[in-house]
Amino acid sequence: MARKSHQPHQSQPSQPAPPQQHSSKRPVLQLQELTRVHGSGATEVHALRGINLDVFPGELVAVMGPSGSGKSTLLTIAGGLDSPSSGRVIVEDTDITTVDRKQLAALRRRSIGYVFQDYNLIPALTAAENIALPRELDGTSARKGRVEALAALREMGLEELADRFPDEMSGGQQQRVAIARALVGDRRLVLADEPTGALDSETGESVLALLRTRCDAGAAGILVTHEPRFAAWADRVIFLRDGAVVDQTLRSQADSLLTGQAAEL
Amino acid sequence: MSIRHGLLALLERGPRYGSQLRTEFESRTGSTWPLNVGQVYTTLSRLERDGMVTQEGEDEAGHALYVITETGRAELRSWFRTPVDRASPPRDELAIKLAMAVGAPGVDIREVIQSQRHHTIQAMQDYTRLKAQALEAVPTDRDEVAWLLVLEQLIFQTEAEARWLDHCEVRLIRLAMMPGRGGTQPETPPGNPAAGSTPASATGSATAPASSAPASASAPSGGSTAD
Repeated sequence: MARKSHQPHQSQPSQPAPPQQHSSKRPVLQLQELTRVHGSGATEVHALRGINLDVFPGELVAVMGPSGSGKSTLLTIAGGLDSPSSGRVIVEDTDITTVDRKQLAALRRRSIGYVFQDYNLIPALTAAENIALPRELDGTSARKGRVEALAALREMGLEELADRFPDEMSGGQQQRVAIARALVGDRRLVLADEPTGALDSETGESVLALLRTRCDAGAAGILVTHEPRFAAWADRVIFLRDGAVVDQTLRSQADSLLTGQAAEL
Repeated sequence: MSIRHGLLALLERGPRYGSQLRTEFESRTGSTWPLNVGQVYTTLSRLERDGMVTQEGEDEAGHALYVITETGRAELRSWFRTPVDRASPPRDELAIKLAMAVGAPGVDIREVIQSQRHHTIQAMQDYTRLKAQALEAVPTDRDEVAWLLVLEQLIFQTEAEARWLDHCEVRLIRLAMMPGRGGTQPETPPGNPAAGSTPASATGSATAPASSAPASASAPSGGSTAD
């Protein structure tokens, strides 16, 4: 689609995506005044202090920050794997902090995909079976699950992996399958915790490119990483420090960089 | 940046007019370093003076056609063979700025670092977007490949800068936490920046990372040029 890349200052302005421009779309994920306190009294640790964040369909948000800044806590709470001390986590219009365990489990199966550093595929299942699993757990028939899994693989150009077991795939291939699993069916929210951590930089790059493509196709993603080069694939980069957002970048128009003044620097 | 050698490299592929050289130079480098026609002709006349190119006729409009000479070819070969000199590092404004910010009164060096980090990461986002576009088109001809290489160089460079900024921050925090680091300087040198928020980093009592000194030296704060 995109053509002629080497005249960036003439390429059509890639729409800048500050959150307010999404006003027509509803966020897939909303974090509101999120706090998380570990321990109590003298040993109290504030892992998160009043985080507000909306992630819209089509958007990939990277979260960066030094270790201990709250990145991973944010992600586990957003995915319903941990509960906040206060605040709300709204996934596709449902506040997951108020639903019961059963509803939460259903929501996690149906709406939220996780991608971990170590892939977390089930070794005894093939790629297609791994992808179909959350659908089957959700009541989809095995046959329909497989059809959906194959469709997901095809969409990512991974059909040839369908019947391979995790130990027959490279790390990069496993991680791609994990992304397919994260977004199978109606799932539109992918939460990725250092997904490139175990990959060489070339492979990591291609995994990020895939995540980017899936978001461009309408998914919403949060990517926790400490690698600037991977964070750079995001539309927005959020900087956490001591549990609070200290700064964030927005997608700007790439044109602005490669013009005359860049040459003078 | 060596325009001189860039032009020689293009001329080695055949005679060119000045305006042609400019266009080709830019499409190779994705206009990362735009040239104006004046620069091209100044460079060509120096190359001519040094016997590396000659003029061979002109078009109807009177534009000279340039041809590389044997001397020019030799120079070009030696350029490709010789590594780019790193012995005298180019002046780097950011390094100078941070060096000056250490212990500067009223400067919150963490703010300086964050505002630069913002800018640097944003630049990386832009380059990465361009790279994604370039890859989508599956670069085939040599201009597209060349542009991709240039883009990736920019990404690597900004990445190095971002990592260095992280490193500076960590180093300053560590220094600030060292008890009784001596010195005759006022209490605050690199401690100043981090002093407000450092102790908070683990347990967190102070909330705001932004400390006492607003805007004084972190003037380019906000960092973003584009939005």
